Amino acid sequence: MLELKSVDAGYATFQALFGASLEVRLGEAVGVIGPNGAGKTTLMRVISGLIRPRGGQILWEGTDLATVPAHRIVELGVAHVPENRRLFPRMTVEDNLRMGAFMPAARPKFAERLAFVYDLFPRMKERRNQYAGTMSGGEQQMCAIGRALMSDPKILLMDEPSAGLAPVIVQQVFDLVKRIRASGLTVLIVEQNVQQVLRVVDRAYLLEAGTIRMSGTAEEMAASDIIREAYLGV
Amino acid sequence: MRRNPGRRNLMWLAAGVGLVVLPFVYTSPYPLHIMITILIWSFAYTSWSMMGRFGLVSLGHGGFMGVGAYVTALAWNNLGLSPWLGIPLGLLCAAALALVVAWPCFRFRITGHYFALVTLALSGIVLQVITATRDVTGGSLGYTPNRVPGGSSIVAFQFTDKLTWYLIALTVWASGLVIWYYVQRSMLRYALEAISEDEDAAAAAGVNVTVEKLKITVLSAMMTAMAGALYCQYQMFVSPDTVSGIAVSLQMVFAVVVGGLYVAMGPTVGAVITILLAETLRISFGPAAVGWDNLIYGLLLVVFIIFLPQGILGSVMGALRREPVAKATARPVSI
Amino acid sequence: MAFFDIFLVEALINGLLLGGVLALLALGLNLIFGVIDVVWICYAELVMFGMYAMYYYANVYGISLWLAVPMAIASIGVMGVLLHVLVISPLLGSAPINQLLATGGVLFFLQSLATVMFGIEFRNLGIRLPTIEVAEVFISYARLLAFGAALAGMVALYLFLTRTYVGTAIRAISQDRQIMALMGVDTRRVYLITSAVGGSLAGLAACLLVLQYDVHPYVGLSFGPITFMICVMGGLGNMIGGFIAAFIFAEIISLGGLYLDLEWGYVFAFVFFIGMMFIRPEGLLARRS
Repeated sequence: MLELKSVDAGYATFQALFGASLEVRLGEAVGVIGPNGAGKTTLMRVISGLIRPRGGQILWEGTDLATVPAHRIVELGVAHVPENRRLFPRMTVEDNLRMGAFMPAARPKFAERLAFVYDLFPRMKERRNQYAGTMSGGEQQMCAIGRALMSDPKILLMDEPSAGLAPVIVQQVFDLVKRIRASGLTVLIVEQNVQQVLRVVDRAYLLEAGTIRMSGTAEEMAASDIIREAYLGV
Repeated sequence: MRRNPGRRNLMWLAAGVGLVVLPFVYTSPYPLHIMITILIWSFAYTSWSMMGRFGLVSLGHGGFMGVGAYVTALAWNNLGLSPWLGIPLGLLCAAALALVVAWPCFRFRITGHYFALVTLALSGIVLQVITATRDVTGGSLGYTPNRVPGGSSIVAFQFTDKLTWYLIALTVWASGLVIWYYVQRSMLRYALEAISEDEDAAAAAGVNVTVEKLKITVLSAMMTAMAGALYCQYQMFVSPDTVSGIAVSLQMVFAVVVGGLYVAMGPTVGAVITILLAETLRISFGPAAVGWDNLIYGLLLVVFIIFLPQGILGSVMGALRREPVAKATARPVSI
Repeated sequence: MAFFDIFLVEALINGLLLGGVLALLALGLNLIFGVIDVVWICYAELVMFGMYAMYYYANVYGISLWLAVPMAIASIGVMGVLLHVLVISPLLGSAPINQLLATGGVLFFLQSLATVMFGIEFRNLGIRLPTIEVAEVFISYARLLAFGAALAGMVALYLFLTRTYVGTAIRAISQDRQIMALMGVDTRRVYLITSAVGGSLAGLAACLLVLQYDVHPYVGLSFGPITFMICVMGGLGNMIGGFIAAFIFAEIISLGGLYLDLEWGYVFAFVFFIGMMFIRPEGLLARRS
């Protein structure tokens, strides 16, 4: 469904991804783990169009996303929950969710999607008229995920959902991811918290210094010596 | 220009001598008048660029010109104060005005858009004050300093002889360039460049940001006031829109941007271009030319900003040094 | 003493009415700055062209006012879009100083264009609206109408910004520009729409101003600097701050004009402004620096 073939990407002054290749099949949950600066966020951004690749292909259901204007990518069913949530702080929760349904195809379904999101996150419904910037980190993460879900996507890209959150909250967020998966959504998560992410994904890739070093099922990765030593502190 | 510096200095000397000798050789009054106008306005534009080149963009320098001109003329007419004293008085007033407006701006880190808008409002207000005090200043009809009998007097700083005025204007203009070079070599310049890069870092390095900014602002204001006073004495007439107001302020910016903001002779080149343009239009079209010169200025300013932000001279010199001609995205002077 | 008080009340009310139009202007400037992060220094000149548009549509071409007004508003809306496309858009990535200077150039250009196209004579719409008397206080009907229309315009803007998708996107862009594409928002299109709205607000203000004042190429200088001071005081980009500051400034001008010449009102406003900068430099309700 989503396939990255030898993608090179970077910023004005440096390159962050070198020939990265991975794939996500329909209904799967795939994780990308790796240290700080490995290029995980760049990976997310190059898929959702925030930055453009310098080489390689990003195939989504057969279409090369590099040829699609950034603001049309969400119309193809690719939703991105950005790193650090990036909510609109001085807008209400409901307005933030409304922005998630901005694309023309999503607007007629707004009420229906809103109900879905509120059902998934009852706390968001309580806080619907509260300014997003005044909520706690965990609540903001829920709101950010909810906002991405408003467009009824086919795949959800999540960039470090645990970042800056207390361990208890992180647990809640990943439980949430499990529930989202259960509703049939395909998910690609990049994450530093290896333990938590391997709990919820089927497969994972290891990204280090811009290249994919390893891949396997969640069990394989969790059992691997490399992973255990470097990332699980065993 | 990595050529022999000795040869370069000789070239400058030759040019300087040429300028001084020029009016003795080529004595017809009209070209002299143009030269004098160019020199005075070059000085005014150079004054503005003292601030502009460090990212302190003021859109209100017309106000300082107005203060310099009116204070000098009013002091002469009402107090009999010779411009030799009146002009310094005007400079002091301009300095005071600059301090009053700039100090809160700098102290409280008002920069960029805010600062530009404040200065824009300032020049507008100076114009309003002049208009409001019409009983004293003549308002929008303008003001004339009392002519001494005979027309020429050193004490009154009035001269009918264009040659004299040429030499005065040349001296003032040259001193403007000297000040420019002096600042260029001083610690003030490095402080201000550091400030325009990153104010916080500069402050952390021990630079008193507010004071350094105030120094250049006051200097710039006083120089501009000088230009205003000189202009008034030369024309023997001053009106609010010829010296203060937004149009003059923007004209200054335009000329410097076109000529080149970061080079010493840039403002002068800008003055040459704008004044010659205005004169050409005036000669070709006569009274129908009213408004056309500003129209072209405005258009050129926009075009230059988009395509040639270093100005003509700046781009030429950059090309000579074989630097790439900076496009609109380069040299982000942080303000 | 009662005589004196009536004039005071009159001045206060007139200040309120003036404040309405100034608030409209401030709103337009703040909208553009909040969304596109550029100050249209030539905003007052756009209004000036709007006033000329009204004059020509209504007086010279004899179009009914009911049609002339929307035509004028639309004309300046188009001007706003042109300004963005031709001048702002190429400079979006460059230093703020360049953007400032470019709109300054446009100010220059528009003033001169008006001089060349329309001449420097003062022109008037020629509509004499009555003065109404309410409890011994004389209020110009034109002022009242302008206030009402300005209020209506602001309400319409509010509804647009809060009840429509595009309006919500406009609010969102000013808070986080970079992620807009993730929600399918084409920022360039939003900029164009914002420019059109900003221009239309200027056009509306023009229609209201032309009822009360003569138009000439430099009329922008009468309210331009004031509008900038209002926006700076309220906090550039802060719509509510600008709204409040507009009324404060309007009252100062009105009261200043009561006791002295009108120009002194402006001077007082500026002095007040400088004073406020000493006291509250971030502006009344400023959020951005």
